[in-house]
Amino acid sequence: MTRQTVDLRPNGQPPVPRPRPVAQVLMRPQVIALAAVLGVNWLLFPGFFSITWQDGRLFGSLIDVLNRGAPVAILAIGMTMVIATKGVDLSVGAVMAISGAVAATLVSAGVSAPVAVLAALAAGLLCGLWNGVLVTVLEIQPIIATLVLMVAGRGVAQLITEGTIVTFSDPVLIFIGTGAFLGLPMPVVIALVLMVAATLIVRRTALGLLIEAVGVNRSAARFAGLSAGAFLVAVYAFAGVCAAIAGLIVAGDIRGADANNAGLWLELDAILAVVIGGTSLLGGRFSIPMAVLGAIIIQAMNTGILISGFSPEFNLVVKAAVIVAILILQSPHAALLVRRLRGLQSGAGK
Amino acid sequence: MTLFRTLALGAGMVGLLLSTAHAEGLQGKIIGFSQIGSESGWRAAETSVTKAEAEARGIDLKFADAQQKQENQIKAIRGFIAQGVDAILVAPVVATGWEEVLTEAKEAEIPVVLLDRGIEGPEDLYLTSVASDQVKEGRVAGEWLAGTVGEAQCNIVELQGTVGSSPAINRKQGFEEAIAGKANLAIIRSQTGDFTRSKGKEVMEGFLKAEDGGKNICAVYAHNDDMAVGAIQAIKDAGLKPGSDILVVSIDAVPDIFAAMVAGEANATVELTPNMAGPAFDALQAYWDAGTEPAKFIITESKLYTPADDPQGEYERRKDLGY
Repeated sequence: MTRQTVDLRPNGQPPVPRPRPVAQVLMRPQVIALAAVLGVNWLLFPGFFSITWQDGRLFGSLIDVLNRGAPVAILAIGMTMVIATKGVDLSVGAVMAISGAVAATLVSAGVSAPVAVLAALAAGLLCGLWNGVLVTVLEIQPIIATLVLMVAGRGVAQLITEGTIVTFSDPVLIFIGTGAFLGLPMPVVIALVLMVAATLIVRRTALGLLIEAVGVNRSAARFAGLSAGAFLVAVYAFAGVCAAIAGLIVAGDIRGADANNAGLWLELDAILAVVIGGTSLLGGRFSIPMAVLGAIIIQAMNTGILISGFSPEFNLVVKAAVIVAILILQSPHAALLVRRLRGLQSGAGK
Repeated sequence: MTLFRTLALGAGMVGLLLSTAHAEGLQGKIIGFSQIGSESGWRAAETSVTKAEAEARGIDLKFADAQQKQENQIKAIRGFIAQGVDAILVAPVVATGWEEVLTEAKEAEIPVVLLDRGIEGPEDLYLTSVASDQVKEGRVAGEWLAGTVGEAQCNIVELQGTVGSSPAINRKQGFEEAIAGKANLAIIRSQTGDFTRSKGKEVMEGFLKAEDGGKNICAVYAHNDDMAVGAIQAIKDAGLKPGSDILVVSIDAVPDIFAAMVAGEANATVELTPNMAGPAFDALQAYWDAGTEPAKFIITESKLYTPADDPQGEYERRKDLGY
């Protein structure tokens, strides 16, 4: 996890990703970690990789991992951008609750589903704009600015649902959470589309470079002619919309908006996914696909614990141990150590 | 403080005089109720049922919502003492730190009844406490399942509440007691669903995959109805019929589990009654009318509901209670 700063000198190397050999991608610590976690799952439960076709969709533990990991993956896509600007968004879990509450309350009141979905997304956008304005205009530190909405947002969601779980039977909302497209669960499709679109937009244009520039040094970016404030607001707004999409998915999944529990603590999982994906909390270089991979690693671990048959008292201990292992695997010191050991071996061989 | 105490005591005396002036029954009594807050649907239902019970008895109920803070509850109780209410109901948010304020109530000779949760401290600080027996709830669920499957082999999966929480520990213990010694009943998997629908669904999905697509599971026992509702959806997604392919038994009796029973997808639920105030008012009435000292711990009934108990009617009765 060496931090690569963006080089803004004209003759510096462009930070546009160059095609990398497949072997190099496969040797990334994240990919190794995912393979290891999946391997352990397979040892615990030999049927882990079996996928069958049932009721017009793929069915199996691996599909569960992707499906259950999708909301955190979507949060992580937005969170990656925020963290790349040296910020953090603690409010995404609460925004999920708000978005679900808005959609569920509206369809229960007889509003058509597309309008309800748009309203939920608009609510997410509004929450994101609020965070963005607090961070840029009022210059409040992101962790505090978004903490406001993290705490208050759940209250807002509870006000919208009046403290109850608002259930619905609207087919469109349920489809968002549990439907299937080309055999893949809808949440997976949404996460995939969002990941590809976001990656293309930031990497095929200069946007990614600009976001990194703002994250590395906001003042310098501003002096270089970037309207850093506008970028920050846009990034937080995007994170808000991502959270709203995730909120719609979890509401559709249980056919109800549970303001108390929807998205609870998921902001921490999203941040963890981004960090596992190799994006530094200090801003700068970021990778959206790697953050999504991070979300899948977390979910693979959760699913593994579920099917392992361990008693639930061990859940958090196992999770913590695996995460520590992954982070050590990624640390520059570990890489250095490996290199030294190799050097010693080759030295001894001579 | 001394002045405040004197005032409170004076106000309490006035309250006492007023209370003796009334005829028998609770008509016209002023009772303060310090509620924790409205953190769950059950809590909201408890509040609305308490208000309804008070209204039916002609009680003037003073309601105070503490928003999960003990300091607010202590303030509310001091306020009730100053107002000279006839009695105080408290649903204590935590177990400790009540001695001072309850001593003030005792000095003002205002009986205090604890609802739903207990406190640590001398028992003479309160008249009585009304609560459910969580171990019994689990036992009733287990006994229902044991009675229903009879001698047939039955593999059970369990959806636990939040790890370490007292309802999760007690409901697990009660269920295990009920099925202990029955060789045909075994809990093959047990995981936490954090008392929520989405975790209940996710955990059940895992169980179904791990147990041969669910063919190996005969029943699911959920520590609350919300997790059972999530599990029911997971069972349906796996192409099985909840309620017949896999039996569903849970605890709480919230409206949505009755809706599931109407649809034939849930088999039994054990009620955690939101009516803690009813027995409390009855105890107060007996205390005032006949001087009967109530038992220190009044345990509410853990009633079992199955599809034979008019689930549609139960759903209608509960849906507006605020669950």
